[in-house]
Amino acid sequence: MAYHRFDAVVVGAGGAGLMAAIQLAGKANTAVVSKLYPPRSHTGAAQGGISAALGNTEEDHWQWHMFDTVKGGDYLVDQDAAEILAREAVDAVLELEHMGLPFNRTADGRIDQRRFGGHTRNFGEGPVRRACYAADRTGHMIIQTLYQQGIKHKLNFFDEHHLLDLLFTDDGQCCGCVTVEMRTGEIHTIHAKAVLIATGGFGRVYRITSNAMAGTGDGVAVAYRRGVPLMDMEFYQFHPTGLYRLGILLSEAARGEGGILRNGLGEAFAERYAPTLKDLAPRDMVSRFIYQEVKEGRGIDGKDYVHLDVSHLAPEVIDAKLPDVTDFARTYLGVEPKTDPVPIQPTAHYAMGGLPTDVEGRVIVDEQGRTIPGFYSAGESACVSVHGANRLGTNSLVDLVVFGRRAGRHMLEYVKTASLPPLPTDPEFLGRAQIADLMSRASGERTAELRQAMQEVMMDKVSVVRDGTGLREAKSAIDGIRRSYAQVAIDDHGKQFNTDLTEALELGCMIDCAEAIVAGALAREESRGAHYRDDFQARDDANWLAHTLIYRTSGGLEMRKKPVTITEFEPKERKY
Amino acid sequence: MEVTLRIKRFNPEQDVKPAFKEYVVDVEPMDRVLDALNQVKWQHDGTLTYRRSCAHGICGSDAMRINGRNRLACKMLMNELGRKVTIEPLIGFKVIKDLVIDMDQFFASYKAVKPYLIADDAPSAGERLQSPAERERFDDTTKCILCAACTTACPITWTNEEFVGPAAIVNAHRFIFDSRDQGAGERLRILNTQSGVWRCRTIFNCTEVCPRDIEVTKAIEEVKRALLFEQV
Repeated sequence: MAYHRFDAVVVGAGGAGLMAAIQLAGKANTAVVSKLYPPRSHTGAAQGGISAALGNTEEDHWQWHMFDTVKGGDYLVDQDAAEILAREAVDAVLELEHMGLPFNRTADGRIDQRRFGGHTRNFGEGPVRRACYAADRTGHMIIQTLYQQGIKHKLNFFDEHHLLDLLFTDDGQCCGCVTVEMRTGEIHTIHAKAVLIATGGFGRVYRITSNAMAGTGDGVAVAYRRGVPLMDMEFYQFHPTGLYRLGILLSEAARGEGGILRNGLGEAFAERYAPTLKDLAPRDMVSRFIYQEVKEGRGIDGKDYVHLDVSHLAPEVIDAKLPDVTDFARTYLGVEPKTDPVPIQPTAHYAMGGLPTDVEGRVIVDEQGRTIPGFYSAGESACVSVHGANRLGTNSLVDLVVFGRRAGRHMLEYVKTASLPPLPTDPEFLGRAQIADLMSRASGERTAELRQAMQEVMMDKVSVVRDGTGLREAKSAIDGIRRSYAQVAIDDHGKQFNTDLTEALELGCMIDCAEAIVAGALAREESRGAHYRDDFQARDDANWLAHTLIYRTSGGLEMRKKPVTITEFEPKERKY
Repeated sequence: MEVTLRIKRFNPEQDVKPAFKEYVVDVEPMDRVLDALNQVKWQHDGTLTYRRSCAHGICGSDAMRINGRNRLACKMLMNELGRKVTIEPLIGFKVIKDLVIDMDQFFASYKAVKPYLIADDAPSAGERLQSPAERERFDDTTKCILCAACTTACPITWTNEEFVGPAAIVNAHRFIFDSRDQGAGERLRILNTQSGVWRCRTIFNCTEVCPRDIEVTKAIEEVKRALLFEQV
């Protein structure tokens, strides 16, 4: 065992975690834990851009960005948070530039901007150029830039440490976390005044996903087991354009630059559903358009996919602005996008739900907004909620820089005055027990088989379109997988770099996330944003203009509602 | 199609030295090498150990030697490799377990070249201006994903522990030629030492293996020229 003492510990070194850690660097003793090397974090896979109303290429205002965010989220967005997101995006993007991020530039040397789904001028009149970008590797540039700053500020990195547990005092203060170091298998207790969970999403609960294999919801699940509720888990975004069968993301930037979706008849079908924004309607809608086309037999050759067509764009535009996404089509499907349409299908992409937080990144535990001293979350693992029922493209990157920064700043103020809470007796107990249990069986269930069963059922019953019957089947399947998980046996019983062990630990986390997604989806008897119920097709503001909180208790799951904060924009029907 | 994977295995808790072990997998032609490795790990032998994350060539975790050449397992398709595929860890750094190598020296070299913007003139409002041409000047080297394929393909790195290696130079280049940066002098001084660019013998292995198609040798040459002619 190893013991470390810090003022603050950041778990997860993607965009949100690093942005927070940079605020703390040099001012508070800060540890940064990652189960990867930080630049390998999934922020690096983000492609298209980061929105901010800079107005560099045409008129724009943060109020328009705020409105689009609220409407895009089907009015489940907390509007005080959306205001902060849209206002502070401007300054946050400039801060990234000051840190050295190499944005594409306009002819006069300013940050260039392009169109993206759901982002409009003057409250919905038509598309606006708001997404700041660096080719189609904006996320790569963000993660690189923030990691570079972390090196500059000499952050204490705990690379390749896997999170096992979170520590709380008896009176409910957060006091650290427990990790296992991959290289040695040694368990570490990191004792701290404040902990930030920035472990990202959990797209790997689905069979077809754009998410990295590391996207297994570790921090979310570990907190959930410790009694923290999960908010709005039923809202899981399917990105319309994943590479067929593989789920690898093809950025919305492809449509922002003029790409068109076509069905098996060659029709540009999006305009039938969304006459104003067409292919640039929000993702939840475009994914449903594709679902509908396929259901009505207009997939390509009657199959379950459609085409993304960029062949009419100038080859030099493709090379300059979409080099990576076109390379993915070439590498993985053998398709040349300059001449041929690319087979695509919706892919599990982003969790709108997660650990509920206030606008300072403090995790809240009930509908009144009570916080846990010293416990924070930001980025995809958190639910502020700025994305509501459906996140707009580019807003995940805005979320992680804006709220990562706010969380880091708040933590800094907190650790300046807070004293170090005592550790619980035997802080490693739960972490050690999990590992011992998985190591104890010589034979039993296989991690990969259970994981596949979970991914299949989530894809079939809990994806773009859902209904009560399917969700009840999913619930019973996930319950069964949880029971089987108690009998998982692994092949590798060694200490050093045991990825057989960490994959099994990750599956445990994903089962927790899947359970909460299904519980939320079953409870919410309406259709809103990414949550579409075939048996309740209308939005129901009278009963469901509310966040869901799912608690895991000794008596089973408990659901509570939390009111939505509405300031500027009254809920309206959502048309594009 | 059936393919035999010949994988170099090493378990530090049991083995004195590495040894090859063969696995027969059933793959689709368009499957990635990573899919084949996953098949072994998930269906046959959970002890097989490798790093991986994004699975589409962006995160840089799964660089390894595939049929004698450094590749990302997630960017190499089975149909390009034949029916017998040899997979080994990258060369030049200590093997921790199976295909996992010790990356400490690699990241130490990266950090040694000050891979961050050095500039104290951030404007109080708005962004620093940079023309599209100035931005284009260092575009190629911004693509680096720190996978270590280049550095571990370099024979100089194999024999000389001091050499910072191509990846570190690529990341120095990314800042040296950024019009906003003021740290070129510091970095060039670091690269002008015994462990710096002059160790490079222009072998081009780095350029050949880069999974991001960065012209690594060209970048190194530009840094050398900057030192010789002070052209930044």
